[in-house]
Amino acid sequence: MKSNTDYIRLEKNARTRKKAVSAVTCVLLVFWAVVVLFPFYWMVLTSLKSYGAYNSEYIPKFFTLSPTLQNYADAFTAVPLGKYFVNTIIFTVLTTALMMVVITLAAFAFARLEFQGKHTAFLLFLSLMMIPNELVVITNFVTVTNLDMRNTFPGLILPSVTSVFYIYLLKENFEQIPDSLYYAARVDGTGDWKYLWKVMIPMSRPTIITITILKVIECWNSYIWPRLITDDENYFLVSNGIQEIRENGFGRENIPAMMAAVVVVSVPLVVLFLIFRKKIMSGVSRGGTKG
Amino acid sequence: MKKKLRESSLKGWLYLLPAILFLGFFMVYPLIDVFIYSFEEGYNFASQTYFGTGIYNYSYILHDPYFLQAVKNTFILVAVTVPLSTGIALLISVGLNSITALRNFLQTIYFLPYVTNTLAVGLVFMILFKKTAYSDGLINLLINWFGGSSVDFIEGPYWAKMFVLCFYTIWIVMPFKILILTSALSSINQDYYNAARVDGTSQFRIFRKITLPMISPMIFYLVITGFIGAFKAYSDAVALFGTDLNAAKMNTIVGYVYDMLYGDSGGYPSYASAAAVILFAIVLTITCINLLIGKKKVHY
Repeated sequence: MKSNTDYIRLEKNARTRKKAVSAVTCVLLVFWAVVVLFPFYWMVLTSLKSYGAYNSEYIPKFFTLSPTLQNYADAFTAVPLGKYFVNTIIFTVLTTALMMVVITLAAFAFARLEFQGKHTAFLLFLSLMMIPNELVVITNFVTVTNLDMRNTFPGLILPSVTSVFYIYLLKENFEQIPDSLYYAARVDGTGDWKYLWKVMIPMSRPTIITITILKVIECWNSYIWPRLITDDENYFLVSNGIQEIRENGFGRENIPAMMAAVVVVSVPLVVLFLIFRKKIMSGVSRGGTKG
Repeated sequence: MKKKLRESSLKGWLYLLPAILFLGFFMVYPLIDVFIYSFEEGYNFASQTYFGTGIYNYSYILHDPYFLQAVKNTFILVAVTVPLSTGIALLISVGLNSITALRNFLQTIYFLPYVTNTLAVGLVFMILFKKTAYSDGLINLLINWFGGSSVDFIEGPYWAKMFVLCFYTIWIVMPFKILILTSALSSINQDYYNAARVDGTSQFRIFRKITLPMISPMIFYLVITGFIGAFKAYSDAVALFGTDLNAAKMNTIVGYVYDMLYGDSGGYPSYASAAAVILFAIVLTITCINLLIGKKKVHY
């Protein structure tokens, strides 16, 4: 009889412990969600406060009763945020498009064509994956400067239109397409070029979309190379624009307007993320790094 | 037959040509060049001439207080953020794996920092932590609530600035780690857990003896990429403290490279190259050590 009550007590203990553990887990998870979301909330909130209201709050308020869109108007008129935006879009579209062409051709050659020296070439390509960007940026900076391509789009774009990693990713994907399709196409008289466009690219669409999105994110956030290569405001990208605004835009202390600019810069990527959530997350877990 | 092979060889190389041209011009050539630069003494950017070759560039930067400060900052950043971010990410992923409701929702939230512009959100962090004449800022408000006194995290004492930098870095790198660990956790075969449960194994023991060994390759992968990433920290520091990182005493090795190349103290590609080569050597050494340790500890 005694041992029976022991069981009941044990089970009860186990249950309370389990409850305690799950409560701690929930607190931890919610805490981190707050840490992640709070900066976003704060930037939107601050961007809606008027300049006067913000500066008169010695103790910052967690809400505002008189939201204003004036800061957004300021962000586009007082500094050339619109120009930065257009530049970034041009840069992102051209870089991504060019890169897709270059890597598709290379991946096709590695995955489908037979030629002398293919394996050696592939090994050399793979070994380039280990080279950190910091090591090559210096010479590239000198090269681009000597070619008089500073403050031009080619200077911004050309150094980042190849990625060995994406070639590798796409090649793996191309190789999964059965050989029999290729031979059938050959019999029908379809050439390599047509086969690539009509069969391989459509069949690898998910991977191609994933790579495109990852590259777009990378372009939208790129800061170091554009900073080195542009000092003319007309060629600034959003990252450089934000830095410029921080250092001498808006008469220094207009923080609500700064936050409006930050919101405007952040929104496109967040929207892109919410639309392609699954694709982005699976793509990143396959091949993205940050940090 | 032979002609055909040669023709198809030509075709293969033709498809590779754009990639080879770009990689050769913007990667292979610079890679060789950076080592040459780093040994050319007194290189003049305008006239493209130099006095001689030797190791003066290396000895110069190794005696430059700014470089030593940058190395110190980078090592502190690495030592703090890599273990902390991996540990917290592990806790959160295990927690996330144990719940069913809201899991997708939370996962989406946790991933948000990955898709944000580092410079833009860094500005928000700066405002949260900054103490100005007219407001102590939100974080100081919280500190005051808990009975502490205000600190200027952006222009104040060294430890406070380091704290913000580490905090922001962890915030930025977390999404990637959580994502990798949650997918590793969810791919563990449930049979192991069921077997352990039948044996009455305690939760902690299950975690230590099943979960950890099963995901250890992924943890290991995160540690290696974490080290490499943290050694290359730069944009986060710029976002928080502005472009003049030397003045803020918050420079990183990568920041030092770029400052030497361009900017107010710039125009010295030789010094920049030497610093970049040193950085590469450090990263390579640490990665090799990691791989050696990993061989012993990681279960595949």
